[in-house]
Amino acid sequence: MATAFEPKIVGFLCRWCSYAGADLAGTNRMKYPSNVSAIRVNCSGRIDPTLVLKALSLGADGVLIAGCHPGDCHYTNGNIKTLRRFKLLQKMLDQYGIDRKRVRLEWVSAAEGEKYAQVVRSMTDEVRTLGPLNWKTKVELAA
Amino acid sequence: MPAKRIGVFICHCGLNIAGTVRVKEVVERASKQPNVVFAVDHKYLCSEPGQTLIRDSVKQQHLDAVVVAACSPAMHETTFKNVVQSAGLNRYSCEIANIREQGSWVHDDSDKATTKAHLTVRQSIEKVRLNEPLQPITVPVTRRVLVIGGGIAGIRAALDVANGGYEVYLVEKSGTIGGRMAQLSETFPTLDCSTCILGPLMVEVYRHPKIKLLRLARVEEVSGYIGNFKVRVHQEPAYVDVAKCNACGECAKVCPAELPNEFDLGLTWRKAIYTPFSQAVPPAYVLDAKNCLGLLPQACGECKKACDEFGTSCINLDAWPQTHELEVGAIIVSTGYELYDATKLTEYGYGIYPDVMTSLEFERMLSASGPTAGEIRRPSDGHVPREIVFIQCAGQREPETALPYCSKICCMYTARHAMMFRHKVPDGEAYVFYMDIRAGGKGYEEFVKRCQEEKGLLYLRGRVAKVYEENNKLIVKGVDTLSGKTVQINADLVVLAVGMIPSSETHDLASKLKASLDANGFFSEAHPKLRPLESPTAGIFLAGAGQAPKDIPDTVAQASGAASKALDLLSSPTLEREPTVAKVIGELCSGCGICIPLCPYTALSLNPKTKVAEVSEALCEGCGTCIASCPSGSLSLRNLTDEQILAMVEAMVAT
Repeated sequence: MATAFEPKIVGFLCRWCSYAGADLAGTNRMKYPSNVSAIRVNCSGRIDPTLVLKALSLGADGVLIAGCHPGDCHYTNGNIKTLRRFKLLQKMLDQYGIDRKRVRLEWVSAAEGEKYAQVVRSMTDEVRTLGPLNWKTKVELAA
Repeated sequence: MPAKRIGVFICHCGLNIAGTVRVKEVVERASKQPNVVFAVDHKYLCSEPGQTLIRDSVKQQHLDAVVVAACSPAMHETTFKNVVQSAGLNRYSCEIANIREQGSWVHDDSDKATTKAHLTVRQSIEKVRLNEPLQPITVPVTRRVLVIGGGIAGIRAALDVANGGYEVYLVEKSGTIGGRMAQLSETFPTLDCSTCILGPLMVEVYRHPKIKLLRLARVEEVSGYIGNFKVRVHQEPAYVDVAKCNACGECAKVCPAELPNEFDLGLTWRKAIYTPFSQAVPPAYVLDAKNCLGLLPQACGECKKACDEFGTSCINLDAWPQTHELEVGAIIVSTGYELYDATKLTEYGYGIYPDVMTSLEFERMLSASGPTAGEIRRPSDGHVPREIVFIQCAGQREPETALPYCSKICCMYTARHAMMFRHKVPDGEAYVFYMDIRAGGKGYEEFVKRCQEEKGLLYLRGRVAKVYEENNKLIVKGVDTLSGKTVQINADLVVLAVGMIPSSETHDLASKLKASLDANGFFSEAHPKLRPLESPTAGIFLAGAGQAPKDIPDTVAQASGAASKALDLLSSPTLEREPTVAKVIGELCSGCGICIPLCPYTALSLNPKTKVAEVSEALCEGCGTCIASCPSGSLSLRNLTDEQILAMVEAMVAT
């Protein structure tokens, strides 16, 4: 019997804003789906677009990058650099034939626990609707 | 060398984790991971027996790396790293798997929470396996403190740091220190005269050899990090030489520009050259250039003429703003509060009817130095009001339309205001509309009870629906929920207890400091219970109502606490920084230089001889933005390499 598809989403959260926001959602006992597993990075600016593509090629169905709101970056403007790279990344996704909805960039502050929960809920729903990416299998078949 | 003998410790956190996550199952699955030689659970790993368990296991099982699956790393990462270090390992051989804040607390389904906990643990195992042992980077500490905001919080903090032996810069935006407390008439619950207890402290600040007061000043730019901040402060000129001015007031007498006096909330007038209030510190006049008829070119100059003729020739109309470049090790933020804009509460008619006032305006009226010299008068016609209505929680505890929170002090000062009214107008009648009486604090409940009983105040439990004017009276329509009846009071004066909001510069300042704000715009603390004096940004400490609404005793306590935190930081000439910084793999670097302008800390440079990028470890903050930009993959972040990130990704997506 086939079980319902549960997407696997990798979350790259900056430690100062978004990881703290995710913690706040926990402290306030807000509920959200368990599909996003977070990796804590110092700044969203650490996330090289190739890391996102590699994560998808390794088997992730979606990638969430979350950082501080523009102007609030702990490292002055790392999030702005992320935003620029993200725009390029989106174009690359198109070329790979990967739906843009699978990779999201969100601004979540340390006070926005509810926003984080909401982002996880909506992204999980979206990626679930898109279905499995199966890039790993495709890469293996091609090789 | 990748870790070969990893130990995994999983915390129950009582039922906080174990209530949702099947801990034994997570232990079982962790023990099957490659290189995991030991896995165990414990009810409270942060407790002494829990810590001993980790320490003993490292030794007995010859572990070379440890994963602790428990609460968020924001809580106890330092605790567990210390434990691992005390057991003889490098402190970076320890990773935290967050299975509480981002696990058991956010997932109801036990199966899903257990699976996610397992994946999170596996992810941490992969990371710790590839961690390299690191030694903290030692940097010197600039042993000076900047205090931003010269209200009672800033005053207390500055004095405590200065008395502790270190230099303090106190930056204040207005022409005097004193802040909100200087505007108050009396303080609850002891009815101390506010200025009488604040004044001596203000003078002490002014005279203290270790405190440099920068008034009319604003923080323009902040760079650096804990122990080594560089702060640029812009200071407007006062145009009056403080050393010479004897506050004779001849200048103000001839000044033609008249404008509302902010100190009296616009209930009185002041000149463009003025002293904010009689006890202002520094005790000198100050010229408000924005409202002066003109300085460039000079339009009037009457004040200077008067001063040269009758006074001390202390006015210099050609003064220029100054920029100060300060170097400090710690910053204490005490920027205080403002009042919520009462005109937004249209049902109460503030701003439409002159006899509807805010509690702070009423406070000024009670003050002997206020617009009416302490007499209670209606602003509209100057008559003494007989019937007065106080509306508590005005625009507060209203998440839909105004402020969602309680400002904590209004129950207390409203009781004091009503009591003072009855004292000054013995035949008057005072009504207080309230939702609850929140009088938590030493002597507070007794104070409110005393006001109510001795002074015969009429407390009505309920909200006011509308205030409107009719026949020179303010008609207050509300409900008394205890009797279940609607109430109408024909009042002469209505006082609104509007809430406290962060001062208007807070957001801008927070961006400069890289200090986060909470949902209501107040400064966030590093931990609501255990680290209430610190911002999450290291080296920045919080005091007073800029962090949350609070009364004077709490503010003073927090200010002294923040000062002692700053003194703690300054007590050593050096401090240790996280060594998780960027590194260059020299042989891969092509010397393209793309990374160099991206670094916000100028930590990267191109070695002119080898043409290879170099990282200054003392400057690098470890954000990693250079790494993401490197086209040849020669930059890496210590203990968060691409290899580690991908290993973590694999650990969580693999089935």
